Amino acid sequence: MNDPVDVLIIGAGASGAAVAWSLAETKMHILCLEQGGWMKPSEYPSVGRDWEARLYGDYSPSPNIRARAEDYPVNDDHSPIKVVNFNGVGGSTVMYTAHWPRLHPSDFRVRTLDGVADDWPIDYETLAPFFAENDRMMGVSGLAGDPASPPTSPPMPPLPLGRSGARFGKAMNKLGWHWWPSDTTVATTDYEGRARCINLGHCTPGCAQGAKASTDITYWPAALRAGVELRTHCRVREITTNAAGMADGVVYYDKDGIEQFQPAEVVIIACNGIGTPRLLLNSASGRFPNGLANSSGLVGKNLMFHPYAQVYGYVDEPTDSNRAPPTCLWSKEFYESDPSRGFVRGYAFQFGRGVGPVFEAVSSEAKGILPWGAEHHAVFRKLNGHRLAISAICEDLPEEHNRVTLDPVLKDSHGIPAPRVDYTIGSNSAKMMAHGIARAKEILEAADASDICVNAPILHGGWHLLGTARMGTDPERSVVNEWGRAHDVKNLFIVDGSLFVTSGGVNPTSTIQALALHIADQMKQRLANLFD
Amino acid sequence: MQANDQLTASQRDELRTIAGVMIPASSDYGVPGADDAAIQADIVATLGRDRFSVQAALDHLARLAGRPLAELEPGRRDAIVAEFRATGGVPAAVLSRVILQCYYRDDRVLKSLNLELRPPFPKGHQLEQGDWSLLDAVKARVPMWRRAP
Repeated sequence: MNDPVDVLIIGAGASGAAVAWSLAETKMHILCLEQGGWMKPSEYPSVGRDWEARLYGDYSPSPNIRARAEDYPVNDDHSPIKVVNFNGVGGSTVMYTAHWPRLHPSDFRVRTLDGVADDWPIDYETLAPFFAENDRMMGVSGLAGDPASPPTSPPMPPLPLGRSGARFGKAMNKLGWHWWPSDTTVATTDYEGRARCINLGHCTPGCAQGAKASTDITYWPAALRAGVELRTHCRVREITTNAAGMADGVVYYDKDGIEQFQPAEVVIIACNGIGTPRLLLNSASGRFPNGLANSSGLVGKNLMFHPYAQVYGYVDEPTDSNRAPPTCLWSKEFYESDPSRGFVRGYAFQFGRGVGPVFEAVSSEAKGILPWGAEHHAVFRKLNGHRLAISAICEDLPEEHNRVTLDPVLKDSHGIPAPRVDYTIGSNSAKMMAHGIARAKEILEAADASDICVNAPILHGGWHLLGTARMGTDPERSVVNEWGRAHDVKNLFIVDGSLFVTSGGVNPTSTIQALALHIADQMKQRLANLFD
Repeated sequence: MQANDQLTASQRDELRTIAGVMIPASSDYGVPGADDAAIQADIVATLGRDRFSVQAALDHLARLAGRPLAELEPGRRDAIVAEFRATGGVPAAVLSRVILQCYYRDDRVLKSLNLELRPPFPKGHQLEQGDWSLLDAVKARVPMWRRAP
């Protein structure tokens, strides 16, 4: 049997890395088990001539397509939005766009302000110092002073507007709508050992330059220096409990596939909105027959994705195409609630600079705007390098029928039951998407774009996996309390996106990590009576 | 078994024909068709995990055509191709994608598009700053985000 540890963290992604780093100062014995391995930037797609093709294979954002040994399958046949993620040290921060908004103060008071869903048990001010700490650790580039966002202080200057950003900016000014250069975790200067961005452009499937912040190159080096142990290629099957109903460790499969038991005093789950409920449900026992920490029955329920409505078109001048980080601006013109729009809550726009030639060809052929035959060449030359794209990232409200359960048949390579996702787009979200599509078309028309196309929802757009182990003060209406401790198991904590009570309308990684740092801070303050 | 041993001779013939129909050579642009030998070799050598879908697509095409696609008169061939695109499902989409992803990384094609013959790393690209004065109108706006109780 392995020697017991003080703290066992499951998952080395965005939140697992942050909580490990923060807790390291306690000098407790902290171990993290990660089902994937360390990434090798020298093997990222952007180093080879097949850089775009690998997005459809071993660097697909879909675990079902990618199907690496460290991935687990997800049955998402019953969802119009497919799950995307990445498994390895760094988790999905290895494969994200680095677009870096955070939730607004109003996002924590949805019930109070708009009469829907629920308020969070914490507010924006509680997280504010952890947003700032996280921005420093991840290294954020941006421009302070956005009138549509709560104040931030990015430590690095923003990415250039470029041709695409300037064209969008002119269009937005014509309409009188808000826009701003987006905060990003792409380093615009050398930063804490990371090299500055040189515009590889193919940022999402791993940054070979190391300019994009993924936690394998931000939090983890610092956490390891501080004494945290990280064990890779170790897949946790279940969390075990003792006679007192406390977590006493985990059963996992090591890199050789050997079953191991790892005892622990405290267990922290950092597997995000699909992996976390899967693990809790797979940890059912005689004492916890419906899954661990599930007396509320809410483990796996209230899954929120952020349905994306993408609209794109083509302009006469060349855009930045694939020659820069993919997103350049955001707009929060329609972020805060306005009942006159016919829906509550709102959405943010994110603006895309363009795409590479293979992606342009494949997506346009599939869309039916790139013909076969002799006309192919002329049409491709009109499209390639001329695309401008806008995505409305729509707030999804929590609905219990949107859920993660265990698939009765599908299993991963270790024989562990895989998750099944049942999800439908709610009527409020659908109205919001329609509004976003109409406004995005107006923006593209103002930019003199033509051949406008719509993808709504983006099929492989389930990047944001939220709400499936929500936090709250009422044990009957939430899974964990306001500092991440399970109501049912007093030495079990959750620190990832499954905590979200509502989703907001922005990319969640900044808020997920701020939550993880907040929970770590609460744990440190309560070490003497953590289990009371 | 190597990936380039996965397709039968007749499947390779059909692949070459359908690729040429999809993207024919163009003297106007000075580019080969997707039926070019080097591009075909790249497709076959890098099929990898797509090979089963591609085989399924090519078999579906062969069933529709009833004989080698190249032997059909143009009108009949075009009708078969249209039916293939309409009924081929995911395998047909995969076949289209593997043709396109190899075609648009061929040196001759990239040169004709004025694109550099290299991966993004390590050289990267230059990104112009753009006109930051465009933001002045936005900076002048009053705060828009809601404060919460």
